[in-house]
Amino acid sequence: MTRRDLAVIGAGPAGMGAAIEARARGLSVLVLDENAGPGGQVFRAALACGRDPAVAPEIAPGLPLIEAFLACGAEYRPATTLWHLDPEEGVLSLVSGGVATEVAARRVVLATGAQERPVPIPGWTLPGVMGAGAAQIMLKTAGAVPAGRTVLAGQGPLVWLLAVQLARAGAPPLVLETRTVSIASALARAGGGLLAGRRMLAKGLALMAEARRLGVRVVAGVRGLRAEGAGRVERVAWEGGGAPCDTLLLHEGVIPSVHVSRAIGLDHAWDAAQACWRPVTDAFGATSCPRVAVAGDGAGIGGWEAALAAGRLAGLDAARRLGALDEAGFAAAAAGPLAARRAALALRPFLDALYAPPAAILSPHDETIACRCEEVTAGAIRRAARIGATGPNQMKAYLRCGMGPCQGRLCGPTVAALIAEARGIAPEAVPPLRPRAPYKPITVGALAATAAPAQQGVA
Amino acid sequence: MFRPRPEARPATVSVLVEGRAVAVPEGASAAAAMLLAGLIATRESAVSGAPRGPLCLMGVCFDCLAEIDGVPNRQACMVPVAPGMRILRQRGAREALR
Ligand code: FES
Repeated sequence: MTRRDLAVIGAGPAGMGAAIEARARGLSVLVLDENAGPGGQVFRAALACGRDPAVAPEIAPGLPLIEAFLACGAEYRPATTLWHLDPEEGVLSLVSGGVATEVAARRVVLATGAQERPVPIPGWTLPGVMGAGAAQIMLKTAGAVPAGRTVLAGQGPLVWLLAVQLARAGAPPLVLETRTVSIASALARAGGGLLAGRRMLAKGLALMAEARRLGVRVVAGVRGLRAEGAGRVERVAWEGGGAPCDTLLLHEGVIPSVHVSRAIGLDHAWDAAQACWRPVTDAFGATSCPRVAVAGDGAGIGGWEAALAAGRLAGLDAARRLGALDEAGFAAAAAGPLAARRAALALRPFLDALYAPPAAILSPHDETIACRCEEVTAGAIRRAARIGATGPNQMKAYLRCGMGPCQGRLCGPTVAALIAEARGIAPEAVPPLRPRAPYKPITVGALAATAAPAQQGVA
Repeated sequence: MFRPRPEARPATVSVLVEGRAVAVPEGASAAAAMLLAGLIATRESAVSGAPRGPLCLMGVCFDCLAEIDGVPNRQACMVPVAPGMRILRQRGAREALR
């Protein structure tokens, strides 16, 4: 079995930061990532799209980072999926190109990033309805834009960024903003932070100004959004309005991807400001499991600059724990990333307050599908919760939600919120869904090939 | 449905979507190839047979399941295109739509 000092899951800003720091202290490092290239979501396909004027300004800061990562001496395995992690032994079970392998690591950093919050509105299963992130992926990986009438509905920084990028690419969307919180009340709730976060705030305001300059139309205060059409989305409707639509892009912010951190049983805490769970970590990413750290958006949403700093800290902490860096050296090296993370997070309380997801998104109306895989409505989940499905794990037996191919990645947050509502308890009082291995489907053939050496002579 | 911008991404790869040759930008996924080929519904759901298309394109939702080079149930958004790749829509749990 291959052995490494440090294994990093995910080659986004956090994973790259961890690898660079750990390599600089002489650790042997393996970085694996499901995607074909490094960069994570934010710098996805950066090497291919860095010269596309639609996305180039936002990709530019990622290019030197990717270059430093590729030169740092870490073993980098793209297109590789983690399907099981034994946190006690530090054994990672991987599959790549249909071939399964195992790696043992003295320390493991999960840098699995974020996913878009599910946006269960009526009609969201119609073809042509996608996440805003999906359209951005089409733009970054293929240079492609939606053809026809595009509606971008939701709220948050990505809405403005994507509106601008699509407009630069010649496909400006109609923006339906679903924000319910006023700037004044977000300011009141967030307290300070604006001064320290003024660089980020200026970036956001510049994006909004660019959207207006490029002729992006915006409808504010949209409520009761629904997608309509026969066999595909043809129209969107909201309270007091409607518009023809060929592609509907939804976005209500992002949440940590907790699939692996939950599966290995790490402690998690409810983040009320972001209405999501996050693994409990110390300042350097260390978790309730002595061998495992979590860094970046997977430990709480902060954006790529905070993620990079957190990754660097987790890499330094790995070096310290494995004896490659003494306390004085650690303190000296950690000061920079700690300050960078503080600066990057300064605006976050304001953003969290301003873009708080509306209640109707967290717990949708009865007739809306909550679990896309098994096609279960919110109403069915509420009824099951009332008659005794006390948590998502029980809900599997009642309605199968969480047992489809997504394994609860997408429906998990909605199912938990509906259970909380139906039982009249706080969201954090709902027991968590415990994902099982394989984290992603693996063929029996690949599995048998891994097991073969161990089984020899048993017959 | 999506349209490419050849001015931004001139290099293409030829793949077969539902048996039809389509030139798609290098680095695109098999799911992107289906969208660029003009498919809107890329599969039928497992329970009711309702038409579905990719939702997330980042490996979360599994609504992009397709048969790729003869292997069903693959997350098409996680598979980069390769020359000559055969991509078929999927019906229900795993049967290809032919
Ligand atoms: S489109 Fe969501 S997993 Fe592929």
